[in-house]
Amino acid sequence: MSEFLQQLVNGVTWGSVYALIALGYTMVYGILRLINFAHGDIYMLGAFIGLYTSNWLRAGEAPSPAKAIAVLLTSMAACALIGMLIERLAYKPVRRSPRLSALITAIGVSLLLENGGALLFGADPKFFPQLIPSHNIALGMGVTLSNQQLIVLVVSVVLMTLLRLLVLHTRVGKAMQAVSHNHMAASLMGISVDRIITFTFMIGSALAAAAGVLVALQSPKIEPYMGIMPGLKAFVAAVLGGIGNIPGAVVGGLVMGVAEVLVTGYLSPTYRDAIAFVLLIVILLVRPAGIFGKAVTEKV
Amino acid sequence: MSASLLELDRCTMQFGGLKAVADLDLTIQKGELVGLIGPNGAGKTTVFNMVTGVYAPTRGAVRFEGRTISGLKANRIACGGITRTFQNIRLFSRLSCLDNVAVAAHPHRKAGLLSAVLRTPGFEADERALRALALEMLDVLGLASHADAPATALAYGQQRRLEIARALAGKPRLLLLDEPAAGLNPQESEELMRLIQDVRRRFGLTILLIEHDMKVVMGICERIAVLDYGLKIAEGSPAEIRSHPRVIEAYLGDESASA
Amino acid sequence: MKRALGPLVTLVALLVLNAALQRALNPYYFQVLILVGINIILAVSLNLVNGFTGQFSIGHAGFMAAGAYGSAMFTLTVGQRFAGALVSAHLPQAIAQGAALLVALLLGGLLAALFGYLVGLPSLRLRGDYLAIVTLGFGEIIRVLILNVDAIGGARGLPGIPHWANFFWVFLGVAVVVAVSRNLAHSTYGRALFAIRDDEIAAEALGVDTTRYKVTAFVIGAFFAGVAGGLFAHYLSYLNPNSFTFIKSIEVIAMVVLGGMGSISGSMLAAIVLTLLPEVLRPVKDLRMVLYSLMLILLMITRPQGLLGTRELSFGRLFGRRPATEPRA
Repeated sequence: MSEFLQQLVNGVTWGSVYALIALGYTMVYGILRLINFAHGDIYMLGAFIGLYTSNWLRAGEAPSPAKAIAVLLTSMAACALIGMLIERLAYKPVRRSPRLSALITAIGVSLLLENGGALLFGADPKFFPQLIPSHNIALGMGVTLSNQQLIVLVVSVVLMTLLRLLVLHTRVGKAMQAVSHNHMAASLMGISVDRIITFTFMIGSALAAAAGVLVALQSPKIEPYMGIMPGLKAFVAAVLGGIGNIPGAVVGGLVMGVAEVLVTGYLSPTYRDAIAFVLLIVILLVRPAGIFGKAVTEKV
Repeated sequence: MSASLLELDRCTMQFGGLKAVADLDLTIQKGELVGLIGPNGAGKTTVFNMVTGVYAPTRGAVRFEGRTISGLKANRIACGGITRTFQNIRLFSRLSCLDNVAVAAHPHRKAGLLSAVLRTPGFEADERALRALALEMLDVLGLASHADAPATALAYGQQRRLEIARALAGKPRLLLLDEPAAGLNPQESEELMRLIQDVRRRFGLTILLIEHDMKVVMGICERIAVLDYGLKIAEGSPAEIRSHPRVIEAYLGDESASA
Repeated sequence: MKRALGPLVTLVALLVLNAALQRALNPYYFQVLILVGINIILAVSLNLVNGFTGQFSIGHAGFMAAGAYGSAMFTLTVGQRFAGALVSAHLPQAIAQGAALLVALLLGGLLAALFGYLVGLPSLRLRGDYLAIVTLGFGEIIRVLILNVDAIGGARGLPGIPHWANFFWVFLGVAVVVAVSRNLAHSTYGRALFAIRDDEIAAEALGVDTTRYKVTAFVIGAFFAGVAGGLFAHYLSYLNPNSFTFIKSIEVIAMVVLGGMGSISGSMLAAIVLTLLPEVLRPVKDLRMVLYSLMLILLMITRPQGLLGTRELSFGRLFGRRPATEPRA
């Protein structure tokens, strides 16, 4: 029983990382109907920018909470900028193109980030410094939580709460909701659709960057292709929850994390990646709209 | 065994909380030209969608030539003798006019897929027949000279006629026309009226027509059914409908001012 | 008899070229030529699904893998002995091996087609980008399956496949897939596929069984991908699951998109260009993928219809006599 609870704790921790990444996918899909293939690579860039920032701040040698927060925020800000650049340069021109063209553009951006990253950073893995010395916290019933896991959970919850406040209680957030329903109507209401789209990309990218830093804290080995699988899994999580639906992305992420940890623990580690695909196919065949999604029918 | 061609028996179409069509009874006899009118959103196109299999009615049944067709897939119904045009033109944008029409003739092909790949003489003959049929339909609608032009190159009125030619190539017994006169000027509407009657006579068709243009409706329809908010509020001859108080109240009152 | 002329001329030309090129070309160029041929088969077969029928399939590598491993396993277990038996019956080695290869390719293709059916049937009712993701997922599942089955080599790969595929067989495959595509395109079946691409709802309303046709296109596309995989296996003599990743699927998509979705000659042209490009860029190997991705992005932004759009190169002579139906616009 305690093993199961431990797996659950691990699963929820992983799941909140997936949720952070999934939020970016779901928000972008909600406003653009575009699957941003490159999103997982933003997560990767977040980790790398975190790495370089840490080195610059010498956070590995003399760690402190302040430096850790600085690393996190810098990475988030930098990736927000990168997200903005990508949107403006690559996605805006194909906004009205057929969906396949936009999809291929997204794939192209993803490949560019991965291989460009390999060129820039070198394809060999780098090691993220230990910003926070690790120790375990016993939760009772034989379950332990490392303080790094705790930080992942806390930061994730804080960010998700902030996002919820943003979307539901600010003007910008309401504008984002409006644009996700109907571009034309939103623009007729005086909303600058372009700016909202860019802003959404920035928020999504910042969250992915945070996920990248948080994961690197736990698993310090980072390399340019590390974003592919988490990106795909987070996408599945977003679809699971109902793509375009923000609470759905969070739920989907948690389900994904828990499912993966349980399968790895009780079945076999080799199936770790496969569970994502299986979940994806099951959800698309059984309930494509996802848990919280609404099926959209075309008017004839 | 009823003698009517098409029968809608207490058909209801419900989308969540919205009843687009409620308890509709409608019977159409062979050879008739019936009009279906009503304000926007009354459920007219939904009726078409139920008959052609785009939707399965939430309740009730649709019967064609005595057999129940509600719940069948749209392509089975089309092969079974009912074809249609669309409210918003749905041409195959990257095909020529001839190819657009020839697609509808596809259900009447005789050669199989393998014959097509191997290019047997049987296939070649069949292909010639299909193209000839398509060309004939284009000719009936006066579009034969545009056979090889891309469908999108046609003027709006011609595109509407192309949709009709396409629906005819399916060799239907019942033809559903969804606002064929939309966007046409008065002269084009006159031509359309003549065309519809000509086509009906030539091919022995039964026609159900959705239309907002009252001149067209009153001009060619033998019988008219009126929908409002999903309910049938009146049915009868053009003269009866023109003077029906509920119809005028729901719809015609504003129309006659602008007609 | 007149109908048989085209195929006959093609066969003779292929035999002559096969003999000549094997001698004339240095091995490196020859290998590139073979890879060009295999990629053409992949691109033209994918064009059937993406270009003709308008369905987003980005898991083509999975079908190629199925055909590669399927045909290889057949050859290694039965085919080689079959060829041996034929040689003992005094048949010339080339014909014996050719016959065994042909059977292996067909079986590989059929296996791939089966996978195509299993993938296509449930998936093809999904909307565009969702279908793309599902096909991607299936492609990956096939690859992961292969990785985990040690009997066919698993992660270590499958060595020792007899080197039976040569110029003749590869380009015979090219000729067949091109002929099938072309004949399909200029037929009522092709029109039905294009109609599904342009407006699926209207096509359905006019009597086309859209689900059945989408699955059929998918299955045919998968079959030829499997054949390409089989040729790949019997040329390289060694198979590794890493040859069949998502990246391979993207490369094939890139060929179809660059050539112009719906254009057979476009797919062929793009396959040639995109197979030669990495070789040309070999000096800047590290930059290769970066340039490749930039090309994709720029292509989509500036010329999404690709080189030829939906038109064909009008090499009337090369593609046989003029078609009975007009080329679609």
